[in-house]
Amino acid sequence: MNLTLKIWRQKGPQDKGKMVDYKVSEISEHMSFLEMMDVLNEQLVNSGEEPVAFDHDCREGICGMCSLHINGEAHGPDRGITTCQLHMRMFKDGDTITIEPWRAKAFPVIKDLVVDRTAFERIQQAGGYISVNTSGNTQDANSIPIPKHAADEAMDAAACIGCGACVASCKNSSAMLFVGAKVSQFALLPQGRVEATDRVKNMVAQMDLEGFGNCTNTGACEVECPKGITLENIARMNRELVKANLIKF
Amino acid sequence: MSGFFNSSIGRKYAMALSAFFLIIFLVIHLAVNITSVFSEDLFNQLSHFMGTNPLIQFGLQPVLIFGVVFHFVMGFVLERKNKGARNIKYFKNNGAANSTWMSRNMIYSGLVILAFIVLHFIDFWIPELNTKYVQGDMSGLLADGEGFRYFEELQHKFVNPARVGAYVVAFILLALHLLHGFTSAFQSVGATMGRRKVMQNIGKAYSILIPLGFIVVALFHHFNH
Repeated sequence: MNLTLKIWRQKGPQDKGKMVDYKVSEISEHMSFLEMMDVLNEQLVNSGEEPVAFDHDCREGICGMCSLHINGEAHGPDRGITTCQLHMRMFKDGDTITIEPWRAKAFPVIKDLVVDRTAFERIQQAGGYISVNTSGNTQDANSIPIPKHAADEAMDAAACIGCGACVASCKNSSAMLFVGAKVSQFALLPQGRVEATDRVKNMVAQMDLEGFGNCTNTGACEVECPKGITLENIARMNRELVKANLIKF
Repeated sequence: MSGFFNSSIGRKYAMALSAFFLIIFLVIHLAVNITSVFSEDLFNQLSHFMGTNPLIQFGLQPVLIFGVVFHFVMGFVLERKNKGARNIKYFKNNGAANSTWMSRNMIYSGLVILAFIVLHFIDFWIPELNTKYVQGDMSGLLADGEGFRYFEELQHKFVNPARVGAYVVAFILLALHLLHGFTSAFQSVGATMGRRKVMQNIGKAYSILIPLGFIVVALFHHFNH
């Protein structure tokens, strides 16, 4: 199929940037979206132009590196997938596809479609872990009984790959689905309860510091999340924060 | 706890708590209004009680005003802050693909409701304050002293079709506001965990029935005066 691509081009963080139109032809419907981008970049390199910078790594939907706001939606029009899993069969011959970077003050553009998502890493560093003594006397995790539903819900929360689609889709650029998932995956398990109070307070404080917006419960994040993280995790985080403040002022 | 209410989630809580208060207030307000359809006497007695009981007048009324003002001011503050979190807008954004119109436009439905409340204050509340606290007439009686004035005043207000039209439009916007806001408030305080569908259904029922009740009362008096 032949397509027109409207792509955000920006030379660097300080550049103003603009939308630029490109034509690509003979795109197979079996290609992934990123393979289509590879075709475009080969075309650009061959004609002596600067290729379009975009994030990618595993190309199988688990690393959380690929992003792209495609035709007004994070990871494109399909559901439960990342951009690398999006197939060109979702588009028609002659389509015009708009491709933009994640837009949020906390995710500044580095170049073209690549944004700086280290804000997420700083939130993780603020409490998204458990402190375990690794001296060799660590208790076997399987010896601690955990209710099946808690284990399942913790696993569902842990499925978050930190891609940032929640922030990109939210009209408020809120990171609460991400933080909610990271808080939940530990809050649901006995190993995580030990530091639960400080974790939620510190992670929420860091989230606010990074300049993400407030959640207004539109649910856009849940719909666009490639890993099916639910709003339940935000509700749990909200509860955890109140609990933490009541326990420790 | 002061740190909590300065956090993003704390503000959500504060917004939700004021919303709960207003949700309960709407039920009480409608309960009084609806009596006017069935019984002039009951409506008059309830209105007189509400308008003269010191606990309601000097205890609950200031809390209500604070609740309304807080909800609006906080709504604007959060909207402004949230707008600032995305400094460069998308060239193309398909919001309808992942969220409802109501959820994305709470500020606009809120503004219409705010305009209505101003009209409502001018219509009912300010004349009421004037009669009771400026002129000092706490009797609640008509000028000729023949019975209570409340029912007559209510009927009189709904004669003008323009006012009734504005009233109906405002309550439709309130319904839209509540269709997102009701469940949203419960979600903000974490009360939807494990029962989201139930809360959404209760929210839908509340959001349609309460504003509809107000509209029915207005239309009833417009066509039966």
